[in-house]
Amino acid sequence: MPQKSIDNSQTQQHATLPNNDGQREPSLQVADGAGRLQVRDLWVDLKEFHLKEIELDVAAGEYFVVLGPTGGGKTVLLETIAGHFEAHRGSILMDGEHITKAPPEHRGIGFVYQDYALFPHLDVSENIAFGLNLRRNLGGLLRSICVSDHRPSQPGKGAGQSERDDRARTVTQCVARMARLLSIDHLLHRSPGTLSGGEQQRVALARALVVEPRLLLLDEPLSALDPETREGLQQELDRIHRELGTTTVHVTHDFEEAVALGDRIAVVHQGRVVQVGTPEDIFRRPANEFVARFVGVRNIFEGEIADGPPSSDSPDPSDRERGTLRVFSSGDLEMAVTTDLMGRAHASIRPEDIILAREPVRSSARNCYQGRITEIADRGTLIYVTLQASAARFTCVITRRSLDEMALKEGIEAHIAFKASAVHVF
Amino acid sequence: MKTLFANRMLALFTVLGALLVFFVAWPLLRTVTGSPPAIVWETLLEPEVGRAILLTFYSSAFATVIAFVAGVPLAYLLARVDFPGKRWIEGIVDVPIVVPHSAAGIALLMVFGRRSMLGKAFGLVGLKFVSAAPGIVIAMLFVSLSFLVDSAREGFEAVDPRLERVARSLGASPWQAFWRVSFPLAWRSILSGMILMWARGLSEFGAVVILAYHPMIAPVLLYERFESYGLTYARPVAAIIILICLLTFVALRAIAQERGEE
Repeated sequence: MPQKSIDNSQTQQHATLPNNDGQREPSLQVADGAGRLQVRDLWVDLKEFHLKEIELDVAAGEYFVVLGPTGGGKTVLLETIAGHFEAHRGSILMDGEHITKAPPEHRGIGFVYQDYALFPHLDVSENIAFGLNLRRNLGGLLRSICVSDHRPSQPGKGAGQSERDDRARTVTQCVARMARLLSIDHLLHRSPGTLSGGEQQRVALARALVVEPRLLLLDEPLSALDPETREGLQQELDRIHRELGTTTVHVTHDFEEAVALGDRIAVVHQGRVVQVGTPEDIFRRPANEFVARFVGVRNIFEGEIADGPPSSDSPDPSDRERGTLRVFSSGDLEMAVTTDLMGRAHASIRPEDIILAREPVRSSARNCYQGRITEIADRGTLIYVTLQASAARFTCVITRRSLDEMALKEGIEAHIAFKASAVHVF
Repeated sequence: MKTLFANRMLALFTVLGALLVFFVAWPLLRTVTGSPPAIVWETLLEPEVGRAILLTFYSSAFATVIAFVAGVPLAYLLARVDFPGKRWIEGIVDVPIVVPHSAAGIALLMVFGRRSMLGKAFGLVGLKFVSAAPGIVIAMLFVSLSFLVDSAREGFEAVDPRLERVARSLGASPWQAFWRVSFPLAWRSILSGMILMWARGLSEFGAVVILAYHPMIAPVLLYERFESYGLTYARPVAAIIILICLLTFVALRAIAQERGEE
């Protein structure tokens, strides 16, 4: 994988900085307390989309994910927060100040669309500089990205001229720094049409972030990208968020994306928020049938990845194809995984990839656990069996016939096994 | 790509199509080459002809400027805003294309004539339309504004509204978003609409002749020469007008093509 080296460095960094305060460069941090978003009883009535009694409270600096199926009105929610649609009822507050009726340009809310929406008539640097060029006064705003290079104007010249020079220099510096932060400094003079999707999305992010919004809205920012680019950019979003600390609301239909990035997740269905909580809350305790179905029955764990045994001794050849064999640990749970990631990560195993048996499983699968069956959920043709092992709880799926053949009952001992390659690490 | 005579059907289509192309090209070519170049040049130097051509140019350009100032905003509204009766407005903008231009001239005469309310009102500030240059301008404006408005509307429709939203989110006022994003992106469509409108204005005869036979624009002059002196005298004037229109048309195609390549 081409992103291997980047991935490693980032996840290692993640591992050494477990919380959300990756303050290696404190100068880049947005001032504390700025960026709290509150949405109160918001109703929006458009032809195709309706939002009903939306309540959100996003803390300053939080990475908040709005998760829901495509076409569920998530984009409308973002566009209403940004001020492009009028709320039918309810209010929107930024840092306690009502912005429900404020025009978009006075809200200080950045917006990044799924298909980037770069200005096609401007090159990359002009795109990034767009917002800066609209500002009358650059000094007050640029506390983080550009300020340290800001020199007082030289005496001798006409005041107006040197001010303009200063301004142009500041804009160039801001653009250059933001471009460096997003690793697009080599693209500054290209036209947006010539860039790849991932590059365009980085430009769109730079353009939104350079004006230092109080809040950044991301509308399916990864959905238009191919899987490999998506993974890289997802980690990039995580890193940028930790460096800048900008409050972020990210809309997606992808549960794994939501889990990987979100401090908290709001699940939206048919224009309503049906559940808000940490990723753990959402998949362990889905509020209703819809959430459970949408999220799917999964085994998801959060933990650390460390170097494992060399992959040459893997008994299963398919383990080697997906990357290096490593060890994922979450509390007492340890399992073999194949991944190029290191450090903090999530691991998930699809229930159908887990083999369930009464006796210890004799197979090439690397991960074998013993435990007690705590729940047997009958879903018609398929049966979901939950097994409490010493370190963790797993859910697997079996057919009715297997259930009868093995004579499984709640409370009895059983064994499970799954391959290292069956574990999806993200 | 197939070749033109690849099969019988295409061969037949080629022959039929060629007939139509000849039907347009041949008379134009005959007119342009019909008079010796020396005669055409002499005709061009006649003060009456020069005046008529300049008047035609200026009037049509003036009409285009008026349509630009009011038509570009209208085009933007039609492209961006949903309002009741929008379809009617779109219809009204396109009506001049289908109305016989002599009828358009009569209609304008009813409203801007000496005895009409508007005619009297404008008369107070010394502006008269009948038999005067302003009459030529409004006649040209009336019959050709559809081209500019339609082209500009298509241009604005092609601009993703999300680009404007992004601009607003970056701090742009509605004016700034328009001037920095929507207008530059729609500019080529607007420009080609302006050229098309100007060319259409140049060639207007019916509406102008009813409002203002004098001062004479080039098509009216051509008509008068034909009526009074016959074909030989009319031909060089026709050649000049056709050449001018061809030139503007080529310019238009060049711009349209440039846009296609972007």
